[in-house]
Amino acid sequence: MPRPGKPEPRSLLEDQPVIASDRIPARDRSQPVTEADLWALLDEVKDPEVPAVSVVELGMVRRIAEENGEWVVDVTPTYSGCPATEMIEESIEEAMGLAGIRNGRIRRVLTPAWTTDWITETGRRKLQEFGIAPPVGSSSKLTLKGVEETITCPHCGSAHTERVSEFGSTACKALYRCLDCREPFDYFKCI
Amino acid sequence: MSKTMTQQEALQEYLLRLADSDMILGQRLCELCGKAPALEEEMALMNVALDLVGQARNWYEYAAELINDGRSADDLAFKRDANRYRNALMVEQPNGDYAVTMGRQFFFDAWHYFTIAALTQAPDERIASIAAKAAKEIQYHLRRSSEWVKRFGDGTEESHQRMQTAVDDLWRFTGEMIEADEVEQQLFKAGIGPDPEQLAADWRGLVNEVLTEATLTPPPEDAWMYRGAKVGHHTEHLGFILAEMQFLPRAYPDAKTW
Repeated sequence: MPRPGKPEPRSLLEDQPVIASDRIPARDRSQPVTEADLWALLDEVKDPEVPAVSVVELGMVRRIAEENGEWVVDVTPTYSGCPATEMIEESIEEAMGLAGIRNGRIRRVLTPAWTTDWITETGRRKLQEFGIAPPVGSSSKLTLKGVEETITCPHCGSAHTERVSEFGSTACKALYRCLDCREPFDYFKCI
Repeated sequence: MSKTMTQQEALQEYLLRLADSDMILGQRLCELCGKAPALEEEMALMNVALDLVGQARNWYEYAAELINDGRSADDLAFKRDANRYRNALMVEQPNGDYAVTMGRQFFFDAWHYFTIAALTQAPDERIASIAAKAAKEIQYHLRRSSEWVKRFGDGTEESHQRMQTAVDDLWRFTGEMIEADEVEQQLFKAGIGPDPEQLAADWRGLVNEVLTEATLTPPPEDAWMYRGAKVGHHTEHLGFILAEMQFLPRAYPDAKTW
């Protein structure tokens, strides 16, 4: 439900900006902002729950376009109830503010619904490096009784793993365990 | 229900039913936070609850726009009393033992799955987009709850007995979910809502399949059923849920931080 009174954009840690100043992509501020500037900027905005990947790499930023003198950023939530959605939107607003872009606006879009197919190759690699097994297969092949394909342990690479729970630490993940290295790990569910 | 209900009014009513069922089941599941039988189960239940509350928000926001009387999505959730709530009787039933929790979830998920699948085809773009998002989440819920019904049913003697008891006890609340009233008939004729006969057939088919695989006996289709939630007549449980859920925003209506 919309919260009463929109708060000022802020990061979770009060004294820490959403993007460290040395990570804000350089641009010639005497020149008008381009779409490419915005894509580069938003690629520095991380998902608060999966800080290894950016909102662009997760496929949450669907479109950036100038409309009537405003930069409109279309953002799609990963899950209906994802509690990070508002924070991500605020982070994008804050990032635009930090980069000196004053005419930006977020538009939340629900359709087409987000799918893990939109996670970029770089995003998948970063998830793996962060210790989260990236989604396997294509969402279109999932069926009601479908069984997940073999999930590979992000720590040791073994395919000898088992699912502990359909749901993990956040809505987008499931909990697995490696039967070789014995480490538990999160799997980014394929939806 | 007045016979002169416009399509707009029928749609508002239907959106509230969808939203209220999501909201109340989400609230019920949250009662298990800190008390679920296992840590993994607790995470799963809270994730399902989160999905449901998120879906409720999407429906409430659209309902608030259509109703357009100054009430927000929050007002619809927190400032209506039990007789204005339109959730299915099924979802307000207490958590009981885990067989009841999962049986209730399964009966609801099966209904939710086919209903939302139909709504993804609605000509109203807003409905179709909310449904498309929800459909992916519900598929997960249904897979999980049907697995639990099978595991309990086809498990030990005690788990089988408890699951059968849960199915038998909850059965009287299933009729209402798959029996269309005039609101649902009207929306189906307008091309918005699911085909009531198809929905009932799909629901029965899946429920029978899962119960049979779980070695459970499906109760008779013509068993006596409770009705009334669609016009605001609820079981005694809803008032207690609302009392807890609505206390804070009613007592501190200007609270802005949480």
